[in-house]
Amino acid sequence: MLKVENLHVEVGGKEVLHNVNLAIGEGETHVLMGPNGSGKTTLLRSIMGFGNYEITEGRILFKGHDVTDVPLHERARYGMGLMFQRPPTISGLKLGKLLTAMSGVHPEKIYEYAESMKMADFLERDINANFSGGEIKRSEVLQLMVQQPDFVMLDEPESGVDLENIALIGNAIARLVEKDRHIVKRQKSGLIITHTGYILDYLEADAGHMLCDGEIRCKGNAREILKVIQERGYKECIECTKI
Amino acid sequence: MHKDLDAMNNLSEEDRVRLEQTGMMLSAVNRCGSYFQTDQDVVQSECTYEGIEMLPTEIALKKYEWLSDYYWNLVDKDKDEYTRYVAGQKISGYTIIARKGSKNIFPLETCLFMQKDEIQTVHNIVIAEEGAELHLISGCASSHAVRKGAHYGVTEFYVGKDALISTTMIHTWGEHVDVYPRSAAVVGEGGTFLSNYVSMKPVAHIQMYPVARLTGATSVARFNSVVLAPEGSHLDLGQRAVLEAKGSTAELISRVITRGGEVIARSHIIGAEEETRGHIECKGLILDGGSIHAVPEIEGRLSNTELSHEAAVGKIARDEIEYLMARGLDEEVATATIIRGFLDVRIQGLPETLQRQIDAAIDAAEDGF
Repeated sequence: MLKVENLHVEVGGKEVLHNVNLAIGEGETHVLMGPNGSGKTTLLRSIMGFGNYEITEGRILFKGHDVTDVPLHERARYGMGLMFQRPPTISGLKLGKLLTAMSGVHPEKIYEYAESMKMADFLERDINANFSGGEIKRSEVLQLMVQQPDFVMLDEPESGVDLENIALIGNAIARLVEKDRHIVKRQKSGLIITHTGYILDYLEADAGHMLCDGEIRCKGNAREILKVIQERGYKECIECTKI
Repeated sequence: MHKDLDAMNNLSEEDRVRLEQTGMMLSAVNRCGSYFQTDQDVVQSECTYEGIEMLPTEIALKKYEWLSDYYWNLVDKDKDEYTRYVAGQKISGYTIIARKGSKNIFPLETCLFMQKDEIQTVHNIVIAEEGAELHLISGCASSHAVRKGAHYGVTEFYVGKDALISTTMIHTWGEHVDVYPRSAAVVGEGGTFLSNYVSMKPVAHIQMYPVARLTGATSVARFNSVVLAPEGSHLDLGQRAVLEAKGSTAELISRVITRGGEVIARSHIIGAEEETRGHIECKGLILDGGSIHAVPEIEGRLSNTELSHEAAVGKIARDEIEYLMARGLDEEVATATIIRGFLDVRIQGLPETLQRQIDAAIDAAEDGF
């Protein structure tokens, strides 16, 4: 599904990612961990194709195609989707209107999705205007449900979310990456940034990656990496040069 | 009253479209009455709704002696050269009287159309008596054939006790037309005055600064302006509310986009009495050159008044465009979607038919975004 090769990314003239290599197969969900400022969000936004992230070296392959120079909206149309950690508020633009504009999904189906995310009452509200932390996450998941990406990237889906909402969001994300389907039939993939690992209560990750100082330092079982962090902190990871 | 509709029936297709862009229903469907004035000629003045009378001001002044007290009462005849010019002309324009307790479900439409003359003048008087609810949509347009011209309009609104007047004005002038409306309103106890203004088409100059005096306790005034200024347009738009009675409130909202035009967006609220509240919201987007000069003024004259304002002028935030692009919208569509949202002003107390009319006028200009 996704292959990142020798990726170097600059933001504002400063290199933030160095020689990042990552491969996520069809039907796989990977977890990305690392301390604050290690470059996790930069990696997701670079893969998605945001303007401020200049790829100075390396390439991004999506479904076998080199999308390194493909514009953001076309990557979305190819099947990439991103759950924003802090999405902007857009004054006057109603959530329902965006959902209609971005898809060919029937309005009744949109309403059904909205109800499932407890967002039906928000369809006529300006996007993200005075939304709580949990409402923002539910709105983001709802947009992804309508967008139906083949590869979904989630930037800290559990941050700022209470326990009730985390179950709703976690289960919805599990469906986005087809965890409700048999393992051999799964076609959708995901890459999830998490600090707490709470999301792993709702879906199993196929692999975990540790990003430190803009480099992927190790890859392995997501729960094991998380356990190491919980027990020993990031200090060893920062010092580690395993990969 | 004239009923000679030939002039309207003989309109060119282009002019029909221009009138429809101002919200005019030439078939008068979903309207409780219509006033059409072409240049200085009253083509139609008719209202079938019980309790609401609409007639040319010249006739109204002859019919009702008392009306002279309402004529040049809120707007000073000697205010400026434009009011003096209007005062020196043969009386034209319309007078609407909504009798006590009347309420129109469908709005009255008034159309001021410049077809040939270089200068059009009107003097309108709108009165809502106690408990009346009057909704008015005014389309002002010039024929595509008018290369140069000017429109000077005086309008005086009287909102009685517990009455409501909503006036929705949609302008479709030509790019060489100068427009100088001079409007004022007085709002009685428990009354509400809603003034909505939409201008999405090229115009040479517009200069206006309507004033609402809230003289009755708990009276309300809301002004909403949605404006697009193409290159060559010079718009000096203001709105003022004077909170003269206890518990009165005002909200002045404007959304301005320039694509090369020059806009001054003025707003002024004066808190002159106890327990008054007022808020100004002025937002501007500069899309393709031009300038927006926002001048929000709040003036408290005693301690027990709450006045606030927020103003922002700039370009569309890049992160907003990219947010929509991440959902698959290309940059052009994402930009237009954000602009359309920016212009989306929901007006409290406005009937749905009029809100739809405002939406349609804005939608029709989307190509100009």
